[in-house]
Amino acid sequence: MTISRRGMLGSAAALGLLTACGSNTGRDGGGDGGGGGSGPKLSHWYHQYGEQGTEQAVKKYAAAYDKARVSVQWRPGNYDQQTAAALLTKSGPDVFEVNGPTLDQIQGKQVVDLTDLFEGVRDDFNQAVLAPKTYDGKIWGIPQVVDMQMLYYRKSLLEDAGVEPPRTLDELVDAAKKLSNKKVKGLFLGNDAGAGVLGGTPLLAAGLELVTEDGKVGFDDPAAARTLGKLHRLYADKSLLLGAPADWSDPSAFLQGLTAMQWSGLWALPAVQKALGDDFGVLPFPKDGARGRPAVPVGAYAAAVSTRTAHEQAAKDYLKWLWIERTDYQEDFALSYGFHIPARISLAKKAAKLRTGAAADAVRFTTDHGFAQPLLWTPAAQTAYQDALNRIIKDGANPDSELKTVVRKVSAELDRVKSK
Amino acid sequence: MSREKKQKQGKREKQESHRTRWFWVFVGPFLLGLVVFTYVPLGWSVYLSFFDAHNTVTPTEFVGLGNYTALLRDDAFTSSLWTFCLFTLFIVPTTYAASLALALMVNRLRRAQAFFRSVFFLPAACSYVVAALIWKMSLFNGVRFGLANTLLGYVDADQIAWLSTTDPPWYWLVIVTVRLWLQAGFYMILFLAGLQRISPTLYEAAAVDGARPGWQVFRHITFPQLRTTSVAVVLLLVINAFQAFDEFYNLLSDARGYPPYARPPLVYLYYLALGQGQNLGLGSAGAVLLALIVAVVTIGQARWFGLGRKEADA
Repeated sequence: MTISRRGMLGSAAALGLLTACGSNTGRDGGGDGGGGGSGPKLSHWYHQYGEQGTEQAVKKYAAAYDKARVSVQWRPGNYDQQTAAALLTKSGPDVFEVNGPTLDQIQGKQVVDLTDLFEGVRDDFNQAVLAPKTYDGKIWGIPQVVDMQMLYYRKSLLEDAGVEPPRTLDELVDAAKKLSNKKVKGLFLGNDAGAGVLGGTPLLAAGLELVTEDGKVGFDDPAAARTLGKLHRLYADKSLLLGAPADWSDPSAFLQGLTAMQWSGLWALPAVQKALGDDFGVLPFPKDGARGRPAVPVGAYAAAVSTRTAHEQAAKDYLKWLWIERTDYQEDFALSYGFHIPARISLAKKAAKLRTGAAADAVRFTTDHGFAQPLLWTPAAQTAYQDALNRIIKDGANPDSELKTVVRKVSAELDRVKSK
Repeated sequence: MSREKKQKQGKREKQESHRTRWFWVFVGPFLLGLVVFTYVPLGWSVYLSFFDAHNTVTPTEFVGLGNYTALLRDDAFTSSLWTFCLFTLFIVPTTYAASLALALMVNRLRRAQAFFRSVFFLPAACSYVVAALIWKMSLFNGVRFGLANTLLGYVDADQIAWLSTTDPPWYWLVIVTVRLWLQAGFYMILFLAGLQRISPTLYEAAAVDGARPGWQVFRHITFPQLRTTSVAVVLLLVINAFQAFDEFYNLLSDARGYPPYARPPLVYLYYLALGQGQNLGLGSAGAVLLALIVAVVTIGQARWFGLGRKEADA
């Protein structure tokens, strides 16, 4: 068979097209960051932050590293799903930011043990966020910053309604009802009425736990049903703002006067301060029952190394440089763009922006009442619990029977991960 | 065989070989793509469904039918199947009726028919994601400045959190209307094509026989003549309903997950297999089960409508 020149060109074009389709592996210089150093090429993935300047900052850090050529990939969209899928292939990142790592990622050997990087500084990391990165005594991710959630309330609206800032769950339910009218709702816990964002917080506020220290279900207790039942009262009283254009993580609903109280994150504080001045206060989630205690959920994105990287040591060296040695970058990352607490205790203590007003309250809540989701609380356990909470809050489902089903499912999950 | 004949045969063989070569040049890459990107993953998915595959696509622990039994015992999965059935019961008849009504209306127009045809068809070109976000954030958001709530405000009615209340389940109104808006125009075009294929002599004969225009003519002439179009439309609507994902996901999910109500199977399997849990074995078993359900329903429906039967048998 003879091949004509035209045929050859056509085949070459088709092949070129096919090759182009599969060429973006995300590892090489095709990324939009750009390390200035020599040495191996490393691809570093971040999820897209809402705060302006963060992307430029992380690219600046990467460019300053001179022992590897680090390419930063700033990834919009559903980042957790993107990284989870990418870790199954060789085209994923060398180092990456992760909302975890999850226990299945650690047990599936998808992330590298980073324990040796913490020599001499382990105690300087906030233990509440370091614990969920630790499994079998080894650390699998370096916490970057501490994020926490709290209750924002509008002082003037509470004063007008003759309501005191709520210190117990019952007071919160009553206050939300009194603050609700045709134009303003009492409380905003997210458009799903709080099932997603509250998670285990009400259980902690009732003096319980998600998973006990010895790896058992921590809320197989009548107090759990009692507390979760109270959340349904908020919904049934029509005290909750629902269907806001922006969800709980954005302070818009609070700033637009759609709600008198809103559950949101520390990251919202600068915007709230700018819009409302002194007309707001912050609180932890209020306690419930005799054994209760205020509760503040904390979490941290971590920097991790993929086991599929061809440059494991170089990747570890880079992460050590960025998230352990360069404390100036860590402070800059936490406080210059958004508003987060540095993961290093020594940095958090000396940060001037965290020493006064609501920011200082937030740091105190984190220290006194902070809890992180335990590593053993797997996504399957989370889904089962969140579904039940949804049905309890919105449908008024019986909390006792719903929780019995959740306890059964979570126990099975705990057995599964412990047997590995 | 004469020399001339031999020459002709040689030329024909050469042309044949050229044709074969060009056939493979054009079809080959697509066939390769189909095999590599569709059949291999499909086969691999069936393989994975028999393994415990957490965070891996090359598992080692064989669990037999364990994933299938686990999924069939999982309340969340079975309730997602009921959600799908409910959705199909809503969406298939409403889209069918709306698109047929639109087609009848547009077909009767003497002027500006092309304009109205385009107006009703245009939403079909809109992305499901974009439409879902418009419905969620502008038309049916739960605060006082959403369009639906603004209208309610004029009659002094309470605001409704359209996507967040389960009693009454207003979210169905949002889900069904967005799909109706997106799909009705497309099916209207199919019905229009069907209507234009009906011979005018049938209507003339009916008029001579004294049939009253309107319902009587529609019932005894138009509707029976649209039988083949109707069969195709219903089949497409049911298959599309099975594939519902985009509008559900974009209307109801948030950064923290998805509510258990109005969760069709594809959304549940998406969280199961591609969410942070990465349970690819269980997800694959779900995909196989869904594929079987779609196949059974489609074959059953096709047999019910007599598709593939010879005209004489029908």
